[in-house]
Amino acid sequence: MITATLSELADSDRPNRKIDAFKTEVAYELVASWRQLDFALPTVLFPAVFYLFFGVFFGKGSGLATYLVATYGAFGVIGTGLLGFGIGIAVARESGELRLKRVTPAPPSALIGARLVTALWFSAVVLLELFVIAAALGDVRFERGQWLGLAGVLLAGTLPFGALGLAIGTHVSGKGAPAIVNLVYLPSAFLSGLWIPITMLPDFLQNLALFMPPFHLAQLALGVIGMDAGYPWQLHVGVLAGITVIASLIAMRGIRR
Amino acid sequence: MHTPSDSIACLAAVHHSYGKVRALAGVDFELRRGEVLALLGPNGAGKTTMVSLLLGLLRPDTGQVTVFGRDPRELAVRRRIGAMLQISGIAPNLTVAEQIDLFRSYYPNPATVGQLVAAADLADLMHRRAKALSGGQLQRLHFALSLAGNPELLFLDEPTAGLDVESRRRLWARVRELSESGRTVLLTTHHLEEADALADRIVVIDRGRVIAEGTPAELEAEVSGRRIRCVTRLQPDAIRALDSVRLVERRGASTEIFAIEVENVLRHLLTQDPELHGLEVGGVGLEQAFLTLTGRDDNTATPN
Repeated sequence: MITATLSELADSDRPNRKIDAFKTEVAYELVASWRQLDFALPTVLFPAVFYLFFGVFFGKGSGLATYLVATYGAFGVIGTGLLGFGIGIAVARESGELRLKRVTPAPPSALIGARLVTALWFSAVVLLELFVIAAALGDVRFERGQWLGLAGVLLAGTLPFGALGLAIGTHVSGKGAPAIVNLVYLPSAFLSGLWIPITMLPDFLQNLALFMPPFHLAQLALGVIGMDAGYPWQLHVGVLAGITVIASLIAMRGIRR
Repeated sequence: MHTPSDSIACLAAVHHSYGKVRALAGVDFELRRGEVLALLGPNGAGKTTMVSLLLGLLRPDTGQVTVFGRDPRELAVRRRIGAMLQISGIAPNLTVAEQIDLFRSYYPNPATVGQLVAAADLADLMHRRAKALSGGQLQRLHFALSLAGNPELLFLDEPTAGLDVESRRRLWARVRELSESGRTVLLTTHHLEEADALADRIVVIDRGRVIAEGTPAELEAEVSGRRIRCVTRLQPDAIRALDSVRLVERRGASTEIFAIEVENVLRHLLTQDPELHGLEVGGVGLEQAFLTLTGRDDNTATPN
């Protein structure tokens, strides 16, 4: 019995080693992403710079600064998810990096998991910047629970857009990825009311926004601070969950190719 | 000489196509424990397809692929192999030391950092990022990474492509050391010299088929024959009609003939052309053997 247990232990791959391997993968994924300055700088700086300009300079002390901290937060986490996965995976596929890793015992789930942790970490940095700027320079005041709720909703929002990025990244070339990802990212961000409040857009665009994935994350975030457009939250969660599932299925088909 | 248990990896009746392009057309192939085997063939012969199948990166259209008696996609198999791929990349922003650390973390019993650094001469490059490495240095890093898991079976797909002569020799020496330490090595190359220098056994493939296999000496013997050079008034067509003549070719005033039974051919030549002169008889190198086998010397000779 004892020998059986021991050999099972040996076969079960020493759980600690698996965790250590995953930590190593995460650590290097983070380091590599930080050093990729053409990814790291825009991802970390653009939302804060835009918010500083539109939220703080034009809207300090008004509802605009409050509203935009939620929507630029959405803009930021959508960026880390879409760009990190969309461009990162496409480039790694094209360069043969993924091919080489497929030959090693590293499970694909660990590689994707490491990217997800990295994206969440970038999201956290973006949100922290925005929150500090909003509180210190934009005179934005929330309850502690609202700050935490906003952070929670937006961090979780990294997931559906990471999945969407993965679906794109597994199907387009490394060279084409930045263009295609930005073509999805930037127009849909604008049309979802992330840059300027959705209520300032013409009516037909406000209706069109319902078909934009970022709109639903922004509305959930705005819901936390009581500034949403009034749709039921179940609709937004449902749409985002649906996107996550469908995009993941598309990505899995792409990975198998 | 060898028993079925010697077999460490094999392809059985494997066909594989990329769309309409047929890459492998019924390949049977066996890799034996402890040998260094060279897959030799011209570009596009199907070498990389064979390696990709053995690594589980591709599934065969028909036929069977096994490594250690299992499906090559199994985790248990991947823990025991290492590979240097022709089409492969690594994270450009990680240093050599970091890449080695990362790849070691994938395996249950990795090689030590010291072993890997020594095997690939990376001591001076440890803190350099991958994107700052030259082609040859990158190739060495890939070699080190292929050894990260202390593999029993090592796949090297065109390992010396792009290396200068000195680095190539050094890599050859490393492969020999690996072989001496009991590992099995499969390497692909289109350099005959490389196959000859390293391999215990060579499998020649061309247009998706195995066309010959054996030790370097056996392959040479297979097309062994010899080369006759002489000045004769006999027409090439007449010579070609003789038994055991493989190739006939005019080189200026003289005629070059490749034949298996040289003595018979000579007897005929001398009887039919009493004025035959400038006679030389020599051996055929492995290079000529390879060209004859793959029929790729159409420019310089007329195949029989």
